[in-house]
Amino acid sequence: MARITRRTLIGSASAAAMAPALARAQKKYDPGASDTEIKLGHTNPYSGPLSAYGAIGQAIKAFWNKVNAEGGVNGRKINFISYDDGYSTPKTVEMVRKLVEQDEVLAIFQLLGTPTNTAVHKYMNAKKVPQLFVATGASKWGDPKHFPWTMGWQPDYATEAGIYAKHILAEVKDPKIAVLWQNDDSGKDYFAGFLKGLGKENEKLVIASVSYEVTDPTVDSQIIQLKNSGANVFFNEAAPKQAAQAIRKVAELGWKPEIYLANVSASVTSVLKPAGFENSQGVITAAYLKDPTDKQWANAPDFLEWKKWMEKYNPGANLADAFNVYGYAVSSTMLEVLKRCGDNLTRANIMKQAASLRDLEIPLLLPGIKINTSPTDFYPIQAVRLQRFKGETWELFGDVLSNESE
Amino acid sequence: MEQLIQQVASGLANGAIYACVALALVMIFVSTSHINFAQGEMAMFSTYLSWQLIQWGVGYWPAFVIAVLVSFVGGVLIERTILRPLHTAPILSVVVVFIGLLAVFNSVAGTIWSYLIKEYPSPFPKEALDLAGLIGAHQVGVVIVTLVVLSALYVFFRYTPLGLAMRAAAQNPVSARLAGVRVDSMLALGWGLAAAVGAVAGMMVAHIVYLEPNMMGGILLYAFAGALLGGITNPGGAVLGGFMVGVLENLVAFFGNVIEKQTGVYIIGNGEKLTVALIIVICVLTLKPSGLFGRVVVTRV
Amino acid sequence: MTTASPADTAAHESVATPVSTSVTSGASDRWAWGLVAVGIIIPLLGYVVPDIVSDYRLFLMSTMMIYAIAVLGLNLLTGFNGQISLGHGAFYGVGAYTAAILMDKVGMPYWTLLPIVAVVCFVIGFLFGLPALRLEGIYLALATFALALAVPQMLKYRWLEDLTGGVQGIVLLKPEPPFGLPLSEDQWLYYYCLIVMVILYWAAANLLRGRSGRAMMAIRDHSMAASTMGIDVARYKTITFGISAAYTGVAGALSASAIAFVAPDSFGFFLSISLLIGLVVGGVASLAGSVIGGIFTVLVQNSSQSLSNFVKSDLGLPFDLSPYSVYGILLIVLMYVMPTGIAGGVAIAWRRLRR
Repeated sequence: MARITRRTLIGSASAAAMAPALARAQKKYDPGASDTEIKLGHTNPYSGPLSAYGAIGQAIKAFWNKVNAEGGVNGRKINFISYDDGYSTPKTVEMVRKLVEQDEVLAIFQLLGTPTNTAVHKYMNAKKVPQLFVATGASKWGDPKHFPWTMGWQPDYATEAGIYAKHILAEVKDPKIAVLWQNDDSGKDYFAGFLKGLGKENEKLVIASVSYEVTDPTVDSQIIQLKNSGANVFFNEAAPKQAAQAIRKVAELGWKPEIYLANVSASVTSVLKPAGFENSQGVITAAYLKDPTDKQWANAPDFLEWKKWMEKYNPGANLADAFNVYGYAVSSTMLEVLKRCGDNLTRANIMKQAASLRDLEIPLLLPGIKINTSPTDFYPIQAVRLQRFKGETWELFGDVLSNESE
Repeated sequence: MEQLIQQVASGLANGAIYACVALALVMIFVSTSHINFAQGEMAMFSTYLSWQLIQWGVGYWPAFVIAVLVSFVGGVLIERTILRPLHTAPILSVVVVFIGLLAVFNSVAGTIWSYLIKEYPSPFPKEALDLAGLIGAHQVGVVIVTLVVLSALYVFFRYTPLGLAMRAAAQNPVSARLAGVRVDSMLALGWGLAAAVGAVAGMMVAHIVYLEPNMMGGILLYAFAGALLGGITNPGGAVLGGFMVGVLENLVAFFGNVIEKQTGVYIIGNGEKLTVALIIVICVLTLKPSGLFGRVVVTRV
Repeated sequence: MTTASPADTAAHESVATPVSTSVTSGASDRWAWGLVAVGIIIPLLGYVVPDIVSDYRLFLMSTMMIYAIAVLGLNLLTGFNGQISLGHGAFYGVGAYTAAILMDKVGMPYWTLLPIVAVVCFVIGFLFGLPALRLEGIYLALATFALALAVPQMLKYRWLEDLTGGVQGIVLLKPEPPFGLPLSEDQWLYYYCLIVMVILYWAAANLLRGRSGRAMMAIRDHSMAASTMGIDVARYKTITFGISAAYTGVAGALSASAIAFVAPDSFGFFLSISLLIGLVVGGVASLAGSVIGGIFTVLVQNSSQSLSNFVKSDLGLPFDLSPYSVYGILLIVLMYVMPTGIAGGVAIAWRRLRR
């Protein structure tokens, strides 16, 4: 680790005479950065049952290809190294260690999944390598006191669920709530955040909560249980496939609750259309990104820019896939951080820049949503907007709801 | 009470899916004594073929027929090219080949069609078959199709010379060969039929669980359990087994729920329903090792 | 004499084809000790060529040894005793969690754990072996399959959450070198795994060479004939199940130490399948094959990824061959070329060369 720095220093010291030394002295590098390139590491499931997430890795790769084609960041090309972790924790540890110790990347960017990130959380912080903008909505990533090298990006699940809870309390008369959740860490986080949002005195409003396993072929049995509880509000915290099945089954059973849908499953093409538009009217969700399949953004400048990039740099990918929007937006954030680092490409400076974003506007975020961080606030996006499904598209309503203080 | 009926109905509807896939497993098992772990992914792939045809403007039923025929040919080809050379290989090596096939089909489908879920149409008229919201029109259709396929297979095996030859080749290859049956062709035929039945199952399942490369992952296990419960050598038994597994699983969740409501103590919930259902299936199998309706084979030493 | 048995007698008889009749011979003993010596020296090379023998590579090799132990456990059951298991990931998970809970909740030091883990897994494996006595071939496959699915569910079970940490799992500490030895964490982990593997390998070799081993294999080859010769089939089968589970559980405990984290979904069906693949690719009923299988399990994913990149960028083929399909093709081709696994293939090639 120190080896390269030393060699670089000696190199620059001997090569440079007095005059340019001043300019060069300001260039500071940690492993993974040089005059010509910046190495970023990443792992993603490209194989196995969760390979759908592989689209994010492809999108990020395509994003850096565009950046490199346009001259790179401050004259440096981004070398984005992405490995397959199969969403398995042992594999992730192995791959991240390979990235840090063998490939010597400057930072790990966008590692996906809660268990996978947890497995390397301690390691990254012990090694003092940035674990930036992790792709998970668990709330534990914003803990600069204990883990100063780790930062999340998207609004955390608990915040989002809390916003639904508050909306239900304000809007629904005499709410009786049924919850469907996936039996894993994201499901637990959502559910816990939801209860917290309701507050202690209102917890009893949740009259039924059932979980499902990702291996369950259908969630019909669960929906029947929920319907029979007599609830009038249904919080649908399921992954896309199960969320669509749930909305359709609710309609089939003739149950007519207010439906709140988790943001992860808010895609028009891959959830609401399969569930049936006629069954999805009035569904409420919170969003922070523009849905690529939502017609209202078809002429937005950032969307057109994104589309052009998709066609040129990510041609095989699906225009309907929200992961491509996600990958683009999160990489834009990283690009901004790297730009701000200038010639001081040390790991410490990356964290410093990442932790001082003020009202940063990033393409494809919903109007009014900005990125804010500080040395004590490691939650970049904490605002969402509620939207209701109408016809074949989402309709935004209400203000930007934020939780910046927490 | 209403919930119990709904749960049983929904269990039957799911059971129909399992039964359909179980039938495909039985087809390969009776002809080659293998459990084809790639069966689900092959069915998924066939379903994508039909989906693609429908996207290109082919009608549902023509697409259905083409997909079944293509799958039949594909099944025969896989047996001929990939499994034939492994004839003498140990069974575990064949299992590994099945897993390899599974990986290939899964990821190729993902590469071609992406991992996003897709809607798959249902051919059944919504009004005519709807049973008062208890069980969807499509589910009723699936039950009917499963029974039709089952009867067709029954007639084929029982009353046609080819069916007889296939049974002979499976039960006693050596004697069958002596009697002039081309055993090798029969194995390939078994694979073709299994792939065709699997394609039907896939196209029935896809409307319910949505089309995506991993759609058969969970289902294969249920089908496997159902086929063994009913008796893997008996197509009718396998179908019944599939239905039983579907209903059993829902009942476990339902009674777990009732217990929690009555006593306030959580014992079994949705997280444990599959585990408990499988334990019950395995207990039954330890008592009746060849399944409820399977043939007991006598081994001579 | 006739008896009723499941319909697939013909199938299960060919479960395992032994690679060689003798488990180890004098010559291969010398080889084995030579390899152990090499294994001891490797980390020391790190002081000479730090770029080649890096901490990361040692960690990778430790992972290989851990998988080798797990595959060895599976091999005792499936290869040498003829009982199929599609669910050994379950024992691996139980081992990992037993170790994690003892470390995290009870505060026991990592090096005291392995005997306890072995006992716990032995008991669970033994108990599971009892109903398994009545199940053979695909029925046993289903039962073990179910076990593989049940264990992650059980780890999330509501009443066990306080113990297992539920879906969040348990974060652990990495093992520190003892007695103030001047070793890095990874070097120590490597030696720790090496010591455990050598002991377990040696124990397995001795077991198989003795009376019990012959009984185990006699049951595999013809259980009825074995029982007429006075072998207590039920006892041997259940005990083998227990020993096999203990081996795999110990591997799980080592992995908990190596990864320093356990979570329920790490021990799903895919783990069981990759152990089975390691077993078959390495060599069924071959101890050395188990080690090869462990190496293969770790190597193959890395190599399938680079192969996939190679196909795409270097060969310039127009289609996108994903690592997963490369993996699948690799498995099919391997079975095609060496149906009895790498150990079997090498043995056959060696015999041909010597002729």
